[in-house]
Amino acid sequence: MSALAVQFLNGLASASALFLVACGLSIIFGVSRIVNFAHGSFYMLGAYLAWTFTRGLGWVGYGPLGFWGGILAAALIVGLIGVLIELVLLRRIYQAPELFQLLATFGVVLVVQDVTMAIWGAQDLLGPRAPGLRGAIDVMGQRFPQYDALLILIGPVVLGLLWLLFNRTRWGTLVRAATADREMVAALGVDQRKLFTSVFFLGTFLAALGGGLQLPREPVQLHMDMAIIADAFVVVVVGGMGSVGGAYLAALLIAQLQAFMLLVPDFEIAGLTISIAKMTLIPSFLVMAVVLIARPYGLLGKAPSHARTQASVEPVVRVTPPLLAKFGFATVAALILLPLIADEYGLMVATEILIFVLMAASLHFMMGPGGMASFGHAAYFGLGAYGAALAAKHFDAPMEAGLVAGPVLATLGGILFGWFCVRLSGVYLAMLTLAFAQIVWSIAFQWVAVTGGDNGVLGVWPSIGKTGFFYLSLALAVVGVLLLRRAIYSPFGYALRGARDSALRADAIGIDVKRVQWTAFAIAASFAGLAGALFAYFKGSVFPTYAAIPKSVDALMMVLLGGVQTISGPLVGAAVYMGLHEQLVRATELWRLVLGIAIIALVLAFPQGIAGFAAKRWAKEDGA
Amino acid sequence: MSVLSVRGLHKSFGGVEAVAGVDFDVAAGEMLALIGPNGAGKTTCFNMLMGQLRPDAGTVSLDGADITGLPPRAIWRRGVGRTFQITATFASMTVAENVQTALMSYRGDLGRFFARAATLHADDAVALLDQVGMADQRDRACGVLAYGDLKRVELAVALANAPRLLLMDEPTAGMAPKERVALMELTGRLARARNIAVLFTEHDMDVVFGQADRVIVLNRGKLIAQGTPAEVRAHKAVRDVYLGGGTMSGGH
Repeated sequence: MSALAVQFLNGLASASALFLVACGLSIIFGVSRIVNFAHGSFYMLGAYLAWTFTRGLGWVGYGPLGFWGGILAAALIVGLIGVLIELVLLRRIYQAPELFQLLATFGVVLVVQDVTMAIWGAQDLLGPRAPGLRGAIDVMGQRFPQYDALLILIGPVVLGLLWLLFNRTRWGTLVRAATADREMVAALGVDQRKLFTSVFFLGTFLAALGGGLQLPREPVQLHMDMAIIADAFVVVVVGGMGSVGGAYLAALLIAQLQAFMLLVPDFEIAGLTISIAKMTLIPSFLVMAVVLIARPYGLLGKAPSHARTQASVEPVVRVTPPLLAKFGFATVAALILLPLIADEYGLMVATEILIFVLMAASLHFMMGPGGMASFGHAAYFGLGAYGAALAAKHFDAPMEAGLVAGPVLATLGGILFGWFCVRLSGVYLAMLTLAFAQIVWSIAFQWVAVTGGDNGVLGVWPSIGKTGFFYLSLALAVVGVLLLRRAIYSPFGYALRGARDSALRADAIGIDVKRVQWTAFAIAASFAGLAGALFAYFKGSVFPTYAAIPKSVDALMMVLLGGVQTISGPLVGAAVYMGLHEQLVRATELWRLVLGIAIIALVLAFPQGIAGFAAKRWAKEDGA
Repeated sequence: MSVLSVRGLHKSFGGVEAVAGVDFDVAAGEMLALIGPNGAGKTTCFNMLMGQLRPDAGTVSLDGADITGLPPRAIWRRGVGRTFQITATFASMTVAENVQTALMSYRGDLGRFFARAATLHADDAVALLDQVGMADQRDRACGVLAYGDLKRVELAVALANAPRLLLMDEPTAGMAPKERVALMELTGRLARARNIAVLFTEHDMDVVFGQADRVIVLNRGKLIAQGTPAEVRAHKAVRDVYLGGGTMSGGH
């Protein structure tokens, strides 16, 4: 009984921490419609800066003023950094497609990661205990930290303050109005620029505050940003995007479930030990699943109002021009001859590129013709890799079987996750795909008994030599790309593009839009899984990072770099991006910084995407 | 027997009764116009017929079979074509591809992953486009068409499942006056030739009184008149509603 009470209090304390981060994300999204990937980075920066102020500098002292003042000062500084980023970066891309905004903020994530590492180093930093709150209180005979008790209060207090801010001030009224109808607020003559900047300040301030307040509870470390962003995304999706109250409700629900899951004892199924207590993202998944079935736009969220502006019109998919087809044949022919001239390293690079061409083509299938942007495509890549590796590890499966097991597992994942995802659209769908990818990652990371956790699965070697494996990859990539291409030109592809262009019309001519999209989702997942399985044998090992966010972003970069609108674009994008990535990692330790800046620069230079830019140029030349 | 029968149709939004007990029938080959002032409940009525909205009460039957509350695609399968107030076509696909997709859906081809769609039912698509005068634009993308042309593409798409009933919500909205009459004349010809029942809403009275075989008038969710165009034109309640007699609009 007392254990239950303590877990309940623990849940409340975690809910507060989660709420602080998630509500900032939600507020920013509500007004600016930007899904701020860098929100986790602000949380991390808040924690690092607060550490510096309260402990690192030493001269501030350890008194209550030093501690609380340090956390607050850190949050304020991070808020100003947020303002700077809004002014320099986001302000220029509010009109850009959502995915480019996501990418730009991911660029910020990469930059912040390397900068943080450069300033504070890679080791975990232990924060100070809160002065005056080092003890514990007695809860039915059990000890409960005083600081956590305070944290329980902070959540509702912040919620109350935000409520006052939004309901009792003119600024708050404007924010609520902009959340409900941005265009109308602009039409009424409100200065949106100031509103956006101030909202961004508030959101980043809250994130950093959440980070600082974690100091006494857990060490500050470099993976805080990605760890918290997935949780925050789930909270925002469950609570309803743009809803502060919903964020608190969702945080409460998820944190409580997580707390009580810790009490579930380990059990065994078919000789496998299953430890629910260690899989902290599973409850998030369960809550999200149940809520999204009942309320697709979250607990307190509303369906997005219809955009007044016409959605961007995708270009017609034409028959491949003969020249391009010839170029394709020539490329494949050249690749067949490659082992004659390339050395081992060259062959390895070419194999890797081929694998990612397949991955990019699968993502393009759902993003381009399917119109479903995925920010978590690595989930299916990872499932494919683990499917192959686990079959090899636990069942001694040969490579041929592994190359089947991988895609099968990925397809099952696609069927399961896709069912939820196709219920949403646009950026909501993208966030959900990301949340699912994080769940796959966390299972790989936390289910140590089966997956080996962080140590991965080793010794997944192909049964053929390097040249043979290159030809295998070439064959599977070519066949995969051709199959996907064939599907785009098939009746199913027409239905898919129709569902993307006008769900209303598709429904009126008998197309089951959700089912068509679900099928496309599963198809995309299976080909990504094939790429993942190949990658497992290529590397000889599988790690949780295969399903992590950066892999998803890699895939997205390839597709966007080459252009969503063309079928051949993503193939070129994959080759170019992988080539550059490879060189970058070899050339500098600060490759994240360089890559991040490159992504930001690309988005700023081509807010409509490189392909959109090129299409415009061509249109101009045609008109001239 | 009438193709479409509507009995006692009700729909409320909050406390507002948008459609308050409506009955009417449409016969095969007949052009029936549904008119009424703004907010009369025309679009609500339409959306219930096509399955976008579920009625609170009442029945909708097609050829005697109850289709109340079925989803749009199920209603379409039973032979109902639809055009929208704001045209809904596949903008990234060509005119021919739009019609082909509808034909493929009708003939159960859309689950095929390896067939070449480009040539599938292409001749039939062109034949349908020929009927609405769009065959020569078959290779243009719908996204770049003039609005009047899009309306005609929609008509061709709506005919692809050889419908028994055609529902057209404001078919001529946004078109030039001359185009409007031409489109509805075309619709009337096709309806009579193929024995299709047509129900349309319309604001342009030239179109209504020139092209409809029968007219029904909706005001504040209720039918206040029905009959031939001449009868409706002379109807006292209709004149009050449109000319501002005040008795029907609550006197405000």
